[in-house]
Amino acid sequence: MAHFEKAKSLNEWFDQRLGVNTLNRVLAKEYWIPKDINFLWAMGMVLAITFGILLVSGIFLLMYYQPNVDLAFDSVNYTIMQEVGYGWLWRHVHAVAASVVFLIIYIHMFTGIYYGSYKKGRELIWISGMLLFVAFSAEAFSGYMLPWGQMSYWAGMVITNLFSMGSLEMNGVVEWIRGDYVPAQAFLDRFFMLHVLLIPIVILLLIGIHFGALRLPHVNNQNGEEIDFEVEAEKYRSGNKAASKVIAFANDFMAKDMFVVAVFLVFFFYLVFWNFGFAMDPVNFDPADGLVTPAHIYPEWYFLWSYEILRPFSKDIGLIAFAFAQVIFFLLPFLDRSPNAVPASRRGLFNIWFWVMLVDLIVLTAMGKLPPEGIYSTIGYVAALVFIALWIALPIITKLEKKL
Amino acid sequence: MKELFILAVVTFFSLLTYWLVEPFAHGQMHAHVDSKSFAYADLPALTKQGDATRGADTFMAGGCIGCHNVKALGMETGMSAKDAAAAYGVNPPDLSNAGAIYDAKFLADLIKNPAHAMSVEHKFDDMHPHPMPAFYGAGGEDIDQEIADMVAYMQSIAVKAEEVTPKMAFEDACGRCHAVRYTKWTQLGEMPNFKYKKDELRFQADVLDAQDAVKAYMGKLPPDLSMYIRSRNEHFLSTFIEDPQSHLHGTAMPRVGVTAHASEQVIEYMKMAGDPLAADRDEIGKNVMIYMIFFVLFAYLWKRQIWKDLH
Ligand code: HEC
Ligand code: HEC
Ligand code: HEM
Repeated sequence: MAHFEKAKSLNEWFDQRLGVNTLNRVLAKEYWIPKDINFLWAMGMVLAITFGILLVSGIFLLMYYQPNVDLAFDSVNYTIMQEVGYGWLWRHVHAVAASVVFLIIYIHMFTGIYYGSYKKGRELIWISGMLLFVAFSAEAFSGYMLPWGQMSYWAGMVITNLFSMGSLEMNGVVEWIRGDYVPAQAFLDRFFMLHVLLIPIVILLLIGIHFGALRLPHVNNQNGEEIDFEVEAEKYRSGNKAASKVIAFANDFMAKDMFVVAVFLVFFFYLVFWNFGFAMDPVNFDPADGLVTPAHIYPEWYFLWSYEILRPFSKDIGLIAFAFAQVIFFLLPFLDRSPNAVPASRRGLFNIWFWVMLVDLIVLTAMGKLPPEGIYSTIGYVAALVFIALWIALPIITKLEKKL
Repeated sequence: MKELFILAVVTFFSLLTYWLVEPFAHGQMHAHVDSKSFAYADLPALTKQGDATRGADTFMAGGCIGCHNVKALGMETGMSAKDAAAAYGVNPPDLSNAGAIYDAKFLADLIKNPAHAMSVEHKFDDMHPHPMPAFYGAGGEDIDQEIADMVAYMQSIAVKAEEVTPKMAFEDACGRCHAVRYTKWTQLGEMPNFKYKKDELRFQADVLDAQDAVKAYMGKLPPDLSMYIRSRNEHFLSTFIEDPQSHLHGTAMPRVGVTAHASEQVIEYMKMAGDPLAADRDEIGKNVMIYMIFFVLFAYLWKRQIWKDLH
């Protein structure tokens, strides 16, 4: 038994038992963040807050949602939307947050790509971030099944069909995933479990790992400057905060983060109350009907780009291209052969690569929603090829890049 | 200000993506149908001045009340809704307020040739006549005059056009075919509250029979419209009510011939069914916004205070 003095304050009592003061120092007061950053570095905090909103609103929805193919639609659209006080508010908050979280994820990712924040010790931050992206994708997809509308049913049908692996015709796998020949009760039950239990747990774990992976390499900065954190921290501690190149996570960085979060929340609640249509597809307000295929089947906007990489090719090639698109972003830290972790604007060819990639993904996103006819399918096809070509070119152009 | 420039770039790409996947893509996916302001320009104009008093007699003689109730005047066919649905495919609507709900030109053409007015001639012929028979005159010399009189009569017994409520408009113009479970509306009228389970089950069985009849008549069961205010937009609904063929060519759903005002009331009913809390959304939204603006303000002040020493 270790020796414990009688604590003189509550803080000391906790410190003896949990080391809260050490934690506070390591994770907040002396967790150094470069001063030269812009609001894009607040996106992580915006994501954490949005996830919190999803969690809380989801728990409220869970109290009335019925995971049953005969009841699910009305439990959402009638019970929650009309009968339960403020149920509509929680539902709109949940649905809009689920969509907006992806906008922020994409901004967050592209911030990382632009500033080269996935290299030089930050590889695990990138990889855990990509795992979070995959987990959020699974969470959003499983959540989309729950209202059991037409899009739930048909998107569920189309996406699970992909697991037959094209010409391999592995229909047994598809049935195993669905628990039935078509999406039905077993399917809804398991996606419900995934959505409210397993995937949220995975997300929480991944968020922990993501934050942990940040602590030692510290976050990058606007100019890719290499900072000697010991020296700069010393300046800060000695009171020369203005000259120091670092700030403390709490409250310096937090104060700025919270301001960005506040502005984001104004935008978010504007969407929740007045412009939620983009997050709740009209087609999904028709109840699921296995006998009526909707005229246009498309995934939610954040999946459109990868859907469009699948679509323009023949079945098997499309699947391979799709699989490629799903994993390739994981490999970014290793495909980028240049040692420069600086903004893309200073990296010559990579700068072009960045902007072409961004525009290409937007083009793919747009074409993924449009019906695959005429000029749109041609544009989609070209954009998909450009996407693949960009990844093949990446190691080459970054190898050629001069070391700064 | 570098941050503002970055914000502008991020906003630009976000809005571009939004515009492409929402307004643009939906514009490409759904043919745009313009409203024709419920003018029913394809129907012949009324040439005769109707007389309501004469019309009352013609109306009785014309046989309308053999199939239609006019409950406002205490006229009933004596047939239950269930039997009427079995006999005609749908329960013919009560005509108490038909004069206010339907366009006058439409009513006149409907009486003369129902399938024509309702734009469902593709479904009917001499072998399969429309369940509502065409009116061939009640013995007068001018059939158009007789029809004008009947229309004037129906208008005279109805509420004033602007008094048509959402419930009246929906139940008369749509309710014989479409159920709306969120308002407890069925093809046989509003579902009552039952004391005994077996009465409820009996009613439900009758509704299923009526639905079978509509299905046999229409070729498919008209959908329950509870959530259509959200699965279709208002513009779609309005132009679809005006002319179903413009959106679903060859569809069995008839053009019901409502006035512009009655169409608005129908849509209002669908809002009451599928989106009744829209006003709350606005109200609460405003309060949340005020709160958030204060949050922004305080967050800004906090940031300024902390960063005073850091610059
Ligand atoms: C005589 C029966 C009948 C009446 C009356 C009727 N409908 Fe319909 N309605 C149908 C049928 C049948 C369909 C299915 C049409 C199809 O899929 O071709 C339908 C479909 C619809 C649809 C779905 C269209 C789509 O996009 O799939 C809407 C909306 C609709 N009706 C609204 C109304 C409204 C509003 C009214 C009253 C103003 C009304 N209907 C009156 C029979 C009717
Ligand atoms: C044999 C029975 C029968 C008779 C007689 C009859 N109707 Fe009808 N009426 C129907 C049926 C059935 C419908 C519904 C048709 C449908 O929805 O496809 C209908 C529909 C209507 C409608 C609603 C049209 C709409 O667009 O929603 C009006 C108005 C109407 N009838 C007026 C009359 C008038 C006026 C007369 C007398 C001249 C008359 N009906 C005689 C059976 C009848
Ligand atoms: C762990 C916390 C969560 C819980 C308990 C939860 C619970 C629920 C429930 C019960 C529903 C069905 C009701 C409805 O459709 O509105 C739902 C829907 C949904 N959820 Fe979640 N959820 C959680 C987190 C998330 C996250 C992180 C995302 C996405 C990034 C997400 C995306 C969705 C989506 C897209 C829907 C469909 C919304 C709609 O169509 O209205 N959820 N969720």
